[in-house]
Amino acid sequence: MWVITFPSVTHALRAEKLLKEKGIQVKLIPIPKELSGACQGLAAKLPGEDVEESIALLDNHGIDIIRRGIQIKM
Amino acid sequence: MEKIYLDNAATSWPKPEGVYAAIDYFNRNVGGNPGRGTTNLALASARMVLETRELLAELFHISHPLRISFTPNITESLNVALKGCLAPGDHLIFSSMEHNSIARPAYALAKQGIEISIVPCSSEGRLNIKALVKAIKKNTKMISLSHASNVTGTIQPISEVGEICQKNGLIFVVDSAQSAGILPIDVQRQHIDILTFTGHKGLLGPQGTGGIYIRPGLTVKPLKEGGTGSQSLDTNQPEFMPDSLESGTLNTPGIVGLGAGVRFLLKQGIDTIRQHEEELTQLLRQNLLEIPKLKVYGPANCKDKAAVLSFTLEHINPAQVSFRLENEFGIITRAGLHCSPLAHQTLGTLPHGACRLSPGFFNTREEIEITSQAIAEIAQK
Ligand SMILES: Cc1ncc(COP(=O)(O)O)c(C=O)c1O
Repeated sequence: MWVITFPSVTHALRAEKLLKEKGIQVKLIPIPKELSGACQGLAAKLPGEDVEESIALLDNHGIDIIRRGIQIKM
Repeated sequence: MEKIYLDNAATSWPKPEGVYAAIDYFNRNVGGNPGRGTTNLALASARMVLETRELLAELFHISHPLRISFTPNITESLNVALKGCLAPGDHLIFSSMEHNSIARPAYALAKQGIEISIVPCSSEGRLNIKALVKAIKKNTKMISLSHASNVTGTIQPISEVGEICQKNGLIFVVDSAQSAGILPIDVQRQHIDILTFTGHKGLLGPQGTGGIYIRPGLTVKPLKEGGTGSQSLDTNQPEFMPDSLESGTLNTPGIVGLGAGVRFLLKQGIDTIRQHEEELTQLLRQNLLEIPKLKVYGPANCKDKAAVLSFTLEHINPAQVSFRLENEFGIITRAGLHCSPLAHQTLGTLPHGACRLSPGFFNTREEIEITSQAIAEIAQK
């Protein structure tokens, strides 16, 4: 699974909205344990093939991102 | 006696039904603390706060809604703008029509080595652009201006000043207390670097709400540090917006109510609201001009002003006029200095100030006629 993480819940929620508007299958999940310490709150889980486009979109909309797409084993 | 409320420049009343309903709904059915944890309640609450940011962004043509931080009111927003950007040796320019929410923080900063200049305005309250340009110096860092005066309603040439700021590399701060929700505001076209707003006037939200927009690329130091629900292990305050300027639990019910107010504005269209308020103000002004010994202040053409009209009677103190309007006629106004001694100095109405009438979207022509009649009667006796 691929995740993007954000510095705060506000950024995660706005990201979720923007990605959904683009038709990207995104789901907010608690930050995976492997990444804890990176930040608190929420991560966006999404298909690997959408990561690049998603990051570009979020950058364009001024969303702050911590992990710019990382693959995690479930 | 039925009340006629003509003090919308102090705070708008009544609010749209949707505002009352939204606050009640939040308090009864949601109630979570936004950004604090990720329970469904906290997330529902955070989503509602985000929605208000997005609605405000739409209204002000802000492309990144997360560049808006909420504050308790515009006074705090202006304090953040000034104290978060200026350092000793910097020069700040503002106008002689400004509210104390700018003037007092500026005077306080002046004691700490920040230079200030106050640019004169005409007797109608309009900024003298030539004088403004002349006041710009090598160390000028910021120009702060209210979009519309809370005493005369005078609309300032925001776009022109925005261009001047852009050309000179200055931070342009706009106080939209009397214009947000009534006049078009476009942070990009008007080159506004920092837009401050208060929720409880033209935006039709409850008291205790306000905010500050800061353009991307500009960093403003917070007035306070604390819990933000984010990056809690870091001993430093987060530097990203909106968290950097949002320490402590927000006024979430208020912000949800503010969202409902802005939704009402966007649905009605601010042009419609503006047109109605302009008509009422024009009617009021015409009527008042017929009363002997009465002087009205501000621009003659109501297109040049927000719906704020101040007047004095030669022979009666403004406070007495306001008192009699309420007690004999049920008409709510505000007399005195309106927290704006600079503006009253500009108009020549110190020390007693003036009596201010400020119609809103929910006032009617009939109420304006009754009020004009009441003032005529008071003037006679
Ligand atoms: C032009 C202007 N600036 C600032 C303020 C201060 O607003 P608040 O009391 O909501 O901070 C007001 C209203 O009182 C105002 O009219």
